[in-house]
Amino acid sequence: MKISVVKNILEANDRIARENRAIFDEKGLLVINLMSSPGAGKTSLLEKTIDALKDDVRIGVIEGDIQSSHDARRIAEKGIPVVQINTGGACHLDGNMIRDTFDEFDFDHLDLLVVENVGNLVCPAEFKVGEDFKAMILSVPEGDDKPAKYPLMFRESKVLLINKIDLAPYLDCSVAAMKKAALKVNPDLTVFEVSCKTGEGLDAWFDWIRQAAGTTDAG
Amino acid sequence: MHEMSIAQSLIDIIREEMARHNACRLRSVRLRIGRLSAIVPESLSFCFEIITTGTDLEGAKLLMDLVPLRGRCRQCGREFEIEEYAFECPLCGGPDIETTAGRELSIVDMEVD
Repeated sequence: MKISVVKNILEANDRIARENRAIFDEKGLLVINLMSSPGAGKTSLLEKTIDALKDDVRIGVIEGDIQSSHDARRIAEKGIPVVQINTGGACHLDGNMIRDTFDEFDFDHLDLLVVENVGNLVCPAEFKVGEDFKAMILSVPEGDDKPAKYPLMFRESKVLLINKIDLAPYLDCSVAAMKKAALKVNPDLTVFEVSCKTGEGLDAWFDWIRQAAGTTDAG
Repeated sequence: MHEMSIAQSLIDIIREEMARHNACRLRSVRLRIGRLSAIVPESLSFCFEIITTGTDLEGAKLLMDLVPLRGRCRQCGREFEIEEYAFECPLCGGPDIETTAGRELSIVDMEVD
């Protein structure tokens, strides 16, 4: 007997993500799912962002890693709420893992929740967690071929930060070529060229986040 | 390597559907997998086999139809197959491309007894 099913395999996760999203929306919370390869600078970007914004924007962070609480400790030093998720081998965060952290936060006193996903350019792009949008980092040493090799994440992201632009003079790869390659896969990407090391380009990102979190006028 | 999570979600849906239809044996299940999805079919087959081995689902065939990536230009309306993940219209060069196929990750049907 043949049974017709026609069902998205990830429907169960999508449903949980929608429920998470409904809770975030009710609390007026902006949620960003931040993704990149390991070592591209997700935690460094967060540290800089927290330093620049913490007087204007109330930020919370969920750290996703396969093992260790190294990143959560770095964020906790900034004095903001942070929860570490250890996936114990899984290469991505999913809706359920995010929901399990809810008791640890007071969403009434947050404007922005950043979910730092597991460092991985493939799998996290496939799983919604309830975010308003996905943002990704591509660091200059990774090269300009990555958008064509890992198109899904570039296609799914709304924002791309090209990090470590201070290293460009020492490498064969140009920031312009990386940006062009990324826009070829997703012309709608908002692109920031930054260096978390020198601080170059970060002000534009900070302004953008302030606006996105709706705290520009509200103060 | 998130194929194990995908395989587990797949098994959950299969069991739900089998219970709903009072089926006791799964012969095969057919999936549609888009080229833009980040799935390696061989890995998914491998994970499906590992998860089902030693259970009542052991031996079921996993059939996968791979769906090419297709788009439609919002500027000139041209529909085309997107090659090399270049989201650009081959006719007018427009960059505003709607993905019409290639993002699938779904179960189509199951053969059960």
